[in-house]
Amino acid sequence: MRGASILKANDDKTRSLNKHTLMAFVGEAGDTVQFADYAQANIQLYSMRNNSELSPYEVSSFIRSELAKSLRSKNPYTVNLLLGGYDAIKQKPELFWIDYLASSAPVPYAAHGYAQYYCLSILDKHHHPDISFEQGMKLLRMCTDELKRRLPIDFKGVLVKVVNKDGVTLQEYPEGEQMYAP
Amino acid sequence: MASGYDRALSVFSPDGHVFQVEYALEAVKRGTCAVAVKGSKIVVLGCEKRSAMKLQDTRITPSKISMVDTHVCLAFAGLNADARILVDKARLEAQSHRLTVEDPVTIEYITKYVAGVQQRYTQSGGVRPFGISTLIVGFDPGSEEARLYQTEPSGIYSAWKANAIGRSSKTVREFLERNHTPSLDRPATIELTIKSLLEVVQTGAKNIEIAIMAPGKEVEYLQSEDIEKIVEKINSEKDAEASTRRGGARGGNAAAGGSAASAQGAEQVLASRPAGEGAAE
Repeated sequence: MRGASILKANDDKTRSLNKHTLMAFVGEAGDTVQFADYAQANIQLYSMRNNSELSPYEVSSFIRSELAKSLRSKNPYTVNLLLGGYDAIKQKPELFWIDYLASSAPVPYAAHGYAQYYCLSILDKHHHPDISFEQGMKLLRMCTDELKRRLPIDFKGVLVKVVNKDGVTLQEYPEGEQMYAP
Repeated sequence: MASGYDRALSVFSPDGHVFQVEYALEAVKRGTCAVAVKGSKIVVLGCEKRSAMKLQDTRITPSKISMVDTHVCLAFAGLNADARILVDKARLEAQSHRLTVEDPVTIEYITKYVAGVQQRYTQSGGVRPFGISTLIVGFDPGSEEARLYQTEPSGIYSAWKANAIGRSSKTVREFLERNHTPSLDRPATIELTIKSLLEVVQTGAKNIEIAIMAPGKEVEYLQSEDIEKIVEKINSEKDAEASTRRGGARGGNAAAGGSAASAQGAEQVLASRPAGEGAAE
């Protein structure tokens, strides 16, 4: 690296919205945190008022409507989101791909930003619906390896969080382990 | 709208009273009783429940104890409908506080806010005061010391070690004054709460509701079977105490004569009535 400054590498770009829902965000600096905190406060207020949790699908609908409102305002948020969660009633994990144009789609795997051009092909090839947690982690390792090799900017690693029936946990993700595509 | 006219209902009477606020306090006195007791690293809220009608679904009927945030618990006495509005405002403020300063509210802060709202409704036009008193309990973030505050319709708030609001709150408060000691442990705090409620709740365990808070933990509601057990324990202790006293009194009665014995008997019925079902006499 040349230059006087480097970007912070260990910034946590996620927010827990409730016990079983985690939202990751990218986009315009400032907009991202502002919108994420706003969404988090509203989802938590809902939990306190009604003494119950919104499912990931319900959360995604709320966020989509907020982004749709924002999009048609004078100063819209430019934030793209991935919303992952575990539906405690259906006992199923769910993932939503949401962008600043207020599109929301349930997907089996997802990526945002420049990285998606490298990752989606790998995910497309290797993902299948009944994948185990360990296989999922291997798949993630394949993605980050690919990024390490091919991303034009310096790749500083990733922060990994897992959402399951017990809630949201930070996952150890040691650097330097290599995983080759089978 | 009749703007320009004075729409405030709560104005001073010539001798300096604000009657609307005093009427609100009257509504509180008619509400069911709520008790809060601080122990060491614990605080317990107890409520008298109205006996439900036969077809009422008690499991999903709203309770008098509600959470303002995960670490703040609120119980009220007075008009249920007014409480819903006030609790909702408190919940909104709790989340709004988290959003603006990235910290959960302290118990004092949210008490001050609740009391502030109650005060505002004694002084603005077109509204009436809240007909409720509240007990707000919990632990400040990162703190191990329990907090307990009371708010009133006038907007007064105050901190307590143990307190009661609502019907017969005076009796309960006096009981707490006699029996509260600092640094009560968990079982002792729960027992004191239930004991003090039994002073005014005639029907015993099925009309009592208990919420327990400990530092860094979620609120815990005591199961009705567990309350039942504690009530039974308290009652049997009381009976044992009464019978030893009666045993002592009987020795004196033999000398004093029959009329004294019957007077003594009547007194004991009164003394043990608050203990609940089937007074032993």
